Amino acid sequence: MANVSATADSNTGPVSTGPVVRSGGNPFRFLGALSLGDYLAIAPFVIFALMFLLVPTLGLVVGAFVDAQGNFTLQNIAGLDDPQIMRAFTISVEISAITALLGSGIGLVIALAVIRGGLPSAMRSSLVTFSGVASNFAGLPLAFAFIATLGRLGLVTIILKTLFGFDLSRSFNVISFWGLAVTYLYFQIPLMILIIAPAIDGIKKEWNEAAATLGATNRQFWLWVGLPILWPNLLGSLSLLFANAFGAIATAYALTGSSLNIVPILLYAQIQGDVLHNPGLGAALALGMIVITAFANVIYLVVRTRAERWLR
Amino acid sequence: MKRGSRFWSWVIFGLTVAYFILPLIATFEFSLRIRREGYTFDAYAIVFADPKFQQTFLYSIVIGICTIIVGLLITVPAAYYVRLKAPQLRPIIEFVTLLPLVIPAIILVFGYIRLYNSSSILPLTNSNLGTDVLLTFAYVALALPYMYRAVDTGLRTIDVRTLTEAANILGASQVTIISRVIFPNIIVAVLSGAFLTLAIVIGEFTIASLLNRQVFGVYMQNIGANKAYTPQALAVVSFVITWGAMGMIQLLARFAPKTARTT
Repeated sequence: MANVSATADSNTGPVSTGPVVRSGGNPFRFLGALSLGDYLAIAPFVIFALMFLLVPTLGLVVGAFVDAQGNFTLQNIAGLDDPQIMRAFTISVEISAITALLGSGIGLVIALAVIRGGLPSAMRSSLVTFSGVASNFAGLPLAFAFIATLGRLGLVTIILKTLFGFDLSRSFNVISFWGLAVTYLYFQIPLMILIIAPAIDGIKKEWNEAAATLGATNRQFWLWVGLPILWPNLLGSLSLLFANAFGAIATAYALTGSSLNIVPILLYAQIQGDVLHNPGLGAALALGMIVITAFANVIYLVVRTRAERWLR
Repeated sequence: MKRGSRFWSWVIFGLTVAYFILPLIATFEFSLRIRREGYTFDAYAIVFADPKFQQTFLYSIVIGICTIIVGLLITVPAAYYVRLKAPQLRPIIEFVTLLPLVIPAIILVFGYIRLYNSSSILPLTNSNLGTDVLLTFAYVALALPYMYRAVDTGLRTIDVRTLTEAANILGASQVTIISRVIFPNIIVAVLSGAFLTLAIVIGEFTIASLLNRQVFGVYMQNIGANKAYTPQALAVVSFVITWGAMGMIQLLARFAPKTARTT
């Protein structure tokens, strides 16, 4: 019944609202049918979402399949098969995957140690607070910070050289793939801690005790109970961290200039000066980014529902 | 066994602190090194005296405040409406508010440039004012996930339905209810969203740079590419702003339950 009337409403929605609004001089209509005020309340949000989120993104998706004359084409997508572009995608996927793996691994270890390792609870709250700030630290200042830390004249480099006679700059360059990876970890690890801390809280102490009563060691508990329960969470955070690194640009741009050719930097150059000499190819590049980040986020959404089953 | 694991927990915690604190210390130390004679604050003096710094910083603050105002006008009525009358829309609205976390900023701005360029129906990039408007809306999009969540959290702590009904019986219009009854009750939650928005906007580079706006982030990038030592002074300034904003949020969080109880 309710279903039927709802569909009828939505079918005739725009047409029937006119008269409803004009006839409805009733000030007490707050629980009744939709009023003009209701539409006005939701309208800014809907218009904004359409104009500044959905249409621009869909425009790029469509643009990837349209040629300069406005006809359908697969030429733009085929154009992605270019050594420069493929290399950019490879580097981007590698840096995102490595920082996601290391970030979630290290973040998990830190979160387990601080939450379940018998440390004072003040440590936990300060860690979570700090993670909230640091996960937003991406950008130019982070690049400057790591140049000052691990660069040729950086503090750590100088300390290692004067105290231990070890020349870091010979084996490590902050303006490189691994330099970027170490820098990304500065916001990846905190993001992992933020995501995984509630999940670790969900593993009840009683389960640990139950396992111990049955003769399990701590290691066995984590291997056979803890990790299987956390597993969907881990997979979810892995994909979220991957997407997080994949879309980042400012840090890499400030750190490496354009010497490290990741996809966002290539796209940045393309938007600024059409370096690929083909506007359609730019849209195809954007589509590639959208597909990869969307894929990572879909994984996150799918496993999250599974993860929530145990952790209430 | 138990003592051993606690020992390792402390070791891990210590390493974590070192990894996260070292770059902050190093940045500060680096910024003091501009003179060969020894540590000075000259880099900061140079930065603060630079008229470009003052211009871009002020501009970023103004855009940030506009972003907060526009963001509130968009999120508060929508969140209120969904909570009160259309809970079935909640998953859809929440999905939309999370989109900016899914779509990278560079994709969004690319979409805007294609959609609102000088030869389009709505040529926002044609004029300075139009581009400022576009930049503001772009930042509203970036801040949307945080802003919406902050407002929604605020609404959860108050009894929206009773307040609305009471105001309605007293003859208040819907605009009055939202602006003079609901909004003052969630102001603390809203402010924490506002500070986060400000922190995001102050350092943003990608969107502003591609829209050719001289914001603080673009200024930082210029200095970073051309100068030594002063970029680190800028980084310290920006860290202080970020921490200040986050500190305000923490401080506000302490006040939040109080306001909720008195309503």
